[in-house]
Amino acid sequence: MSDSQVAAVQGEARDEVYDPALRHHFAKPEQQRDAASLGMWWFLATEVMFFGGLFCAYLIYRRMYFGEFAAASQTLSWKLGATNTAVLICSSLTVVMAVWAVQTGRRTMLVGNLALTLILGLVFLGIKGIEYREKFEKHHVPGASFEFHEKIPSHPGQYANPQHAQIFFALYFVMTGLHALHMIVGVGIFVYLLTMSWKGRFSPEYNTPIEIGGLYWHFVDIIWIYLFPLLYLIDLHK
Amino acid sequence: MSAHSPSSSLKTYFAIWIALLVGTALTVTAARIDLRPFNAAIALTIATIKATLVALFFMHIKGASERLTKLVVISAIFFLLILLGLSMSDYATRSWS
Repeated sequence: MSDSQVAAVQGEARDEVYDPALRHHFAKPEQQRDAASLGMWWFLATEVMFFGGLFCAYLIYRRMYFGEFAAASQTLSWKLGATNTAVLICSSLTVVMAVWAVQTGRRTMLVGNLALTLILGLVFLGIKGIEYREKFEKHHVPGASFEFHEKIPSHPGQYANPQHAQIFFALYFVMTGLHALHMIVGVGIFVYLLTMSWKGRFSPEYNTPIEIGGLYWHFVDIIWIYLFPLLYLIDLHK
Repeated sequence: MSAHSPSSSLKTYFAIWIALLVGTALTVTAARIDLRPFNAAIALTIATIKATLVALFFMHIKGASERLTKLVVISAIFFLLILLGLSMSDYATRSWS
């Protein structure tokens, strides 16, 4: 090994030792980054099972009480649901732009896109809040004061069984509620990421929190991509 | 995916974004046309295509350095399909319900 090679190897080793973002139990920044990313993916795999149970319950009851599910679904505003889908898709775009910005060292673009993501997340929650308020006003919240006087779309002469419609609304509130809870957690994560980015903590060399925070956000988006057609668009052509 | 180069180009991201918005419009349009039993199938197919686009391009599964990541994703889908597949085949074949 020539002197210059030895110097290069020592230099490389020194870089690793003095990398302030590298924790001592990792050999290399790449290993640390892959471990963090893999941890988030495992968490998301457990989330798939978490939401999967609810989707399973939904499918079973939708099959059993399809008429009531269609009637109850059509009291929701598909326009608000579609708007919220678009809002989340746009927020996913701002998240990847933030990841791209931090990887290429553009701090203003990073901060701007994180702020946009936060705003879009709050718009989503605001629209969800408007929808929830309407449910309370119409007594469509499961419980003692639940009322439902709609006809089954495919059998216009027949009223929907309120007991069965109540199951739809129970699933609606649990599924969208759990999703909204994830959005609230996501907003918290992005407030943290925005603060850290504002302070200039992230660089092209170290940006794992932005990346795995983004993974979480995209996952929550994917859940909504399924919730929208399943909850808002049942038998809409009737 | 090295630490110094971006995982994908901005052009790709915008194309995926447009595709996702078009997918949403398609879902709504398809739901308003009477296709009998195929309405639900079409809605779920479009949703799955959208989810796959998000996972592949926004979550960077395409071009991910870690094969382990892909294994986690595949195992999550595998167990979800067991959950949904076995439950639904049970309910679909009960003569007494």
